[in-house]
Amino acid sequence: MAILVVAAHDGKTVRSNVANAVTAAGQMGSDVHVLVAGSNAGEAAKSAASISGVAKVLQAEDAAYANWLAEDIAPLVVKLAPNYSHIVMAADSVGKNVAPRVAALLDVGQVSEAIQVVSPDTFVRPIYAGNAMATVQTADKIKVVTIRPTNFKAAAGGGSAPVEQVGGEGGKGLSSYVGAELSKSERPELTSAKIVVSGGRGLASGENFKILEALADKLGAGLGASRAAVDAGYVPNDYQVGQTGKVVAPDLYIAVGISGAIQHLAGMKDSKTIVAINKDEEAPIFQVADYGIVGDLFQIVPELTAAVEKK
Amino acid sequence: MKVLVAVKRVIDYNVKIRVKADNTGVETANVKMSMNPFDEIAVEEAIRMREKGAATEVIVFSAGAAQCQETIRTALAMGADRGVLVQTDAELQPLAVAKLLKAVVDKEQPGLVIVGKQAIDDDSNATGQMLAALLGWSQGTFANKLNIADGSIEVKREVDGGLENIKLKMPAVITTDLRLNEPRYASLPNIMKAKKKPIEVLAPDALGVDVAPRLKVLKVEEPPKRKGGVKLKTVAELVDKLRNEAGVI
Repeated sequence: MAILVVAAHDGKTVRSNVANAVTAAGQMGSDVHVLVAGSNAGEAAKSAASISGVAKVLQAEDAAYANWLAEDIAPLVVKLAPNYSHIVMAADSVGKNVAPRVAALLDVGQVSEAIQVVSPDTFVRPIYAGNAMATVQTADKIKVVTIRPTNFKAAAGGGSAPVEQVGGEGGKGLSSYVGAELSKSERPELTSAKIVVSGGRGLASGENFKILEALADKLGAGLGASRAAVDAGYVPNDYQVGQTGKVVAPDLYIAVGISGAIQHLAGMKDSKTIVAINKDEEAPIFQVADYGIVGDLFQIVPELTAAVEKK
Repeated sequence: MKVLVAVKRVIDYNVKIRVKADNTGVETANVKMSMNPFDEIAVEEAIRMREKGAATEVIVFSAGAAQCQETIRTALAMGADRGVLVQTDAELQPLAVAKLLKAVVDKEQPGLVIVGKQAIDDDSNATGQMLAALLGWSQGTFANKLNIADGSIEVKREVDGGLENIKLKMPAVITTDLRLNEPRYASLPNIMKAKKKPIEVLAPDALGVDVAPRLKVLKVEEPPKRKGGVKLKTVAELVDKLRNEAGVI
């Protein structure tokens, strides 16, 4: 049976993590379909069709799908589900919102945030903030799985799958979209950036994040933060890296003024190379860092910014 | 309007967990247990609603072993009015908890259910969404701010790009994110008072719910350990290592 990947998108293209979800889906079965629901989702459907490994794209047009309200998207997925062995979504803020609603409507359990596909019914997933790895097997007929994008390589482009229209289900009228307050940034998106610079409580103010911005811009890096920095109001919530924020695995992660609570390590310890800059030489962050410098970040960061070449 | 809040007893967030030697799970014997931190935020929000007059009664739900009574008592000491415990020693997964919650919602008829967005033990992030699905209610997940206004509730949600505002028809299910509020500490007089507040104990069978797990845990293992690296003295050394050893800049 085929696998259905449910894709979030911005109206023009599907999110980059859909390519990671397609790779994961390809390890569960061979016939991968992608559902693109929306209002004027034609462009996004085309972008899904270009992902290598996709056999077919289903485009569902309905005004009710414009803003990805779970109450309206879930019934559409449930209607399509009997044709599929697996429903797969990236474990981002859309997948986490929609997938469990789909699972409950189908009366099946959910495998949350799988990091490895052992076999079509068996998955590895982190528990306790990644301090233990559970291998779980599901006996449910339709398997609802969210996957952690950073653990699956993005499928390449260059595909040309056919796009098929499927009927919309209309809206339930339970919820309505009012608006969004999105952070504006020219920097790469955190979860797909090759380099991430993150700041913690050691920055001492939102104003001081400017020195990290300068470094991030020089490196072409995304900008992140620890929970402590977000809670203190230095930066917005979408900067948070950790157990309950975003999970990142860039080639280079530079942790500045971050002590390294287990909740933070859960979100970045799969990074290829980790650098820690902290004045406290006992900080737990040094236990996971490949390279550490003990010292005053306000001196070290500008020095580093000056020393690296602009990308 | 009644508000129902669900709380889970989990290993305290400060405890460094240990995987059992036989790889069947995580060691819980003689380990400090506490209320799931996201659920504390849910309890706090419900109590604030009652204090503002938006809610008339705060009911605390938990499911699991008899010791979950302690977790319910903690919520009662914070200011909740009464508790309901579905007592069972069976392993409970999110779908089963959502079904138990639905049975209690059917009985109690709250106007709002507030739960933590995820439990810090299994990290599933599913129960609230599943409950909303089973009830056919709207859902406001990862809530950063709530505002109740005639028959509907405005929810500011923490999403990947920042914040999103939605409006839900009530009744609704809310799941809490970190910035919704800062939970209070229970005062000693309130801890004493909480001992007299009622907790109703029910069995899953009495609610007609099959709690059999859908996911079988085959094994639980330690994650691969990252080796600590080297401490460097100068920025010049760091740049050299990043360029020539790691090859990442």
